[in-house]
Amino acid sequence: MSVPTDQPAIIERQHFQRLIDALIRKGYRVIGPVVRDGAIVYDELAALDDLPQGWTDEQDGGVYRLKRRADDALFGYAVGPHSWKKFLHPPHLRLWQARRNADGAEFTAETEPPPRFAFIGVRSCELHAIAIQDKVFLQGSYVDPTYQARREQAFIVAVNCGQAGGTCFCVSMNTGPQATFGFDLALTEVIEGDRHYFVAEAGTDRGAELLRELSARQAGDEERRQAAQTVARTAQQMGRTMDTHDIKALLYRNHEHPRWDDVANRCLTCANCTMVCPTCFCTTVEDTTNLTGEHAERWRRWDSCFTLDFSYIHGGSVRVSTKARYRQWMTHKLASWIDQFGTSGCVGCGRCITWCPVGIDITEEVRAIRESEAEQ
Amino acid sequence: MTAQTLEPILAEHPFFQGLAAEDIQLVAGCATNAVFKAGEVISREGEPANQFYLLREGKVALEIYVPERGQVVLQTLGAGELVGWSWLIPPYQWRFDVRAVEFVHAFALDGACLRGKCEANPRLGYELLKRVAQVFTERLMATRLQLLDVYGNRS
Amino acid sequence: MADPMLPEPYRIARVRRETHDTFTLELLPINSARAMSFAPGQFNMLYVFGTGESAISISGATTDERLVHTIRAVGTVTRALQRLKRGDVIGVRGPFGTSWPMQEAIGRDVVIVTGGIGLAPLRPVIYQVLAQRAQYGKFVLLYGARTPRDLLYARELEKWRGQFDCGVEITLDTADNDWRGNVGFVTALIPSAQFNPTNTVAMICGPEVMMRFTAQELRKRGMRDEQIYLSLERNMKCAVGFCGHCQYGPHFICKDGPVFRYDRIASLLGKQEL
Repeated sequence: MSVPTDQPAIIERQHFQRLIDALIRKGYRVIGPVVRDGAIVYDELAALDDLPQGWTDEQDGGVYRLKRRADDALFGYAVGPHSWKKFLHPPHLRLWQARRNADGAEFTAETEPPPRFAFIGVRSCELHAIAIQDKVFLQGSYVDPTYQARREQAFIVAVNCGQAGGTCFCVSMNTGPQATFGFDLALTEVIEGDRHYFVAEAGTDRGAELLRELSARQAGDEERRQAAQTVARTAQQMGRTMDTHDIKALLYRNHEHPRWDDVANRCLTCANCTMVCPTCFCTTVEDTTNLTGEHAERWRRWDSCFTLDFSYIHGGSVRVSTKARYRQWMTHKLASWIDQFGTSGCVGCGRCITWCPVGIDITEEVRAIRESEAEQ
Repeated sequence: MTAQTLEPILAEHPFFQGLAAEDIQLVAGCATNAVFKAGEVISREGEPANQFYLLREGKVALEIYVPERGQVVLQTLGAGELVGWSWLIPPYQWRFDVRAVEFVHAFALDGACLRGKCEANPRLGYELLKRVAQVFTERLMATRLQLLDVYGNRS
Repeated sequence: MADPMLPEPYRIARVRRETHDTFTLELLPINSARAMSFAPGQFNMLYVFGTGESAISISGATTDERLVHTIRAVGTVTRALQRLKRGDVIGVRGPFGTSWPMQEAIGRDVVIVTGGIGLAPLRPVIYQVLAQRAQYGKFVLLYGARTPRDLLYARELEKWRGQFDCGVEITLDTADNDWRGNVGFVTALIPSAQFNPTNTVAMICGPEVMMRFTAQELRKRGMRDEQIYLSLERNMKCAVGFCGHCQYGPHFICKDGPVFRYDRIASLLGKQEL
């Protein structure tokens, strides 16, 4: 695919519906942010009105609250509890069915055609998260066919962040707030006086083609400047920071550290952090049969390294203590992930901090371990 | 066979390997050859531990009598290994039974003789104690691993 | 590429009872003429209809027409496997994982140290060494088991022991009066084993504690970490690196292992709750 040379274009706020319509016309299931149960989550969009217009989110350790904005921004929030992995790497998936037959048994793979998704409102940190899951599911010795089919077809409309959340630290992780790759279209929302528009940049040919279909006009210098300023401002607003210098060695050499006991006293092993994390990919399987025992199915379900079962081998679990399970999660995320996939497993989205019921903060845990070394 | 001619072969036994020639000479003065037939009892629990053995060939079993189980083998030892350290530690009595499982060819070392030389020559005493301590730790480690029952089924 | 999660049906051609808690299944594929090819040390995921899957090493010869698995009944799936009879059909996915260093072993002495069911994943190596005896130097098999009734492949062990060019030593944790062999931990067999430490490849499989101490004992003999290989075990669900369960520090046991060169994991062995 050649890199399009198209200039940034302008989509006026009142024309945003055209973008959704165009994607629906092309046969995509359009997914974007919607307000539900007091949070901004990702779900199917039919119309512009579904977007969280005028809403923002207040976030801190263990705190998430929707608030009204002073303006009518469509993407004036950070990130909610959902991430796009629920569409690309489904939480619950039938892998195959088996039937007893004259030969003994027959296994049948799933044949249902995978859904074609268009994602609207993908943040830069989320583009990085998708790229990380690509490495897990597509770039190893085996390929996950479900992920592959969904991923290859997905149309991605990124939105540069106009505002950082209270638990955001993408600047520390070099994953945002500006979308730099992995999108078909990237939008920057600008509200300036009574003007409300999006500066749109195509990342692929099909993105450029969509812009042409929308007859979007070329962006002017001032509009581009406004967009750049919006993102630059966001970068200054990060609610959290994390010093990632030499972090792999830091965590490897601190497998034994009193801080793990400290965090274990707070951690409830509820697994929320792993469910909301956009890169956590672990799953387990469930086998079922019908009552006659003639038909069996195998299902895959998201799993978490915070459960005792996760590390069970005959005789017992390897990671019995809460300490060991938190350590596994954080060390995997920030250290062993680098050995496994050549990248950190953390994109600085802050979800694990916000959605932790007791407000455990991964940036704070890293800081505590790092500072304890400095004191020595 | 005289003590003199034992020196070179004593020096080759793993337990004495690397020991200075003068020390070998001292040690050889307390050593004799010993052979045991398969099944022969070498020592019994409670007997005075006048001697210990350095095995050259064959295998011995350390055993204990358990009334409801009979003779129980705790451990087997083979060529190159040391059998018995009760000669070094009061009250100088065998703690277990030792039985030759196969034909055994060994050096028998007189415990009182060697203790005397060690008392008179603390440098030699310390050297031998280090070597016995090495055997202690290896046996203890192996025993602990045996106790762990690592092949057992915990579920 | 075929879906790595989809099992192939295999029919049980023979069930052999090995000990009170171990048994061997010989399997033939239903949809193809020949069983899969594999390398010694690799494993399969065996599926019991409606019950679930378990990761089991392959314990037959690479040249066998049948796929051979020796299994210890310790969990739900393995107990369900134990209840199956000749003619029953199970699902098989694989083979997965790394294999024993058969190539590196050519021209060298081969030392196998195993404990318990750990003999099963090494039996393909034994078959291969014995079938191509001239390719290898001295061959030493040291095997530790719990009691005489836990000895796996007892008849074969006797046969191998009877071969003049095999140094087979067996030792037990606990023995009755009838046992004429060694009593003690398997590491005790290493100091007197006949091999040339500088030109040997060692392969270890057994409980993790046993492997840790065995590696140390081999190093005492003068072997370097790079000459020692061992096979690790962790919870496995997918066998292809997707499910995350088998992580061991930076490694996925299912695809980076189960066979590892000792120097690559030495610093992880013994770390608590890793």
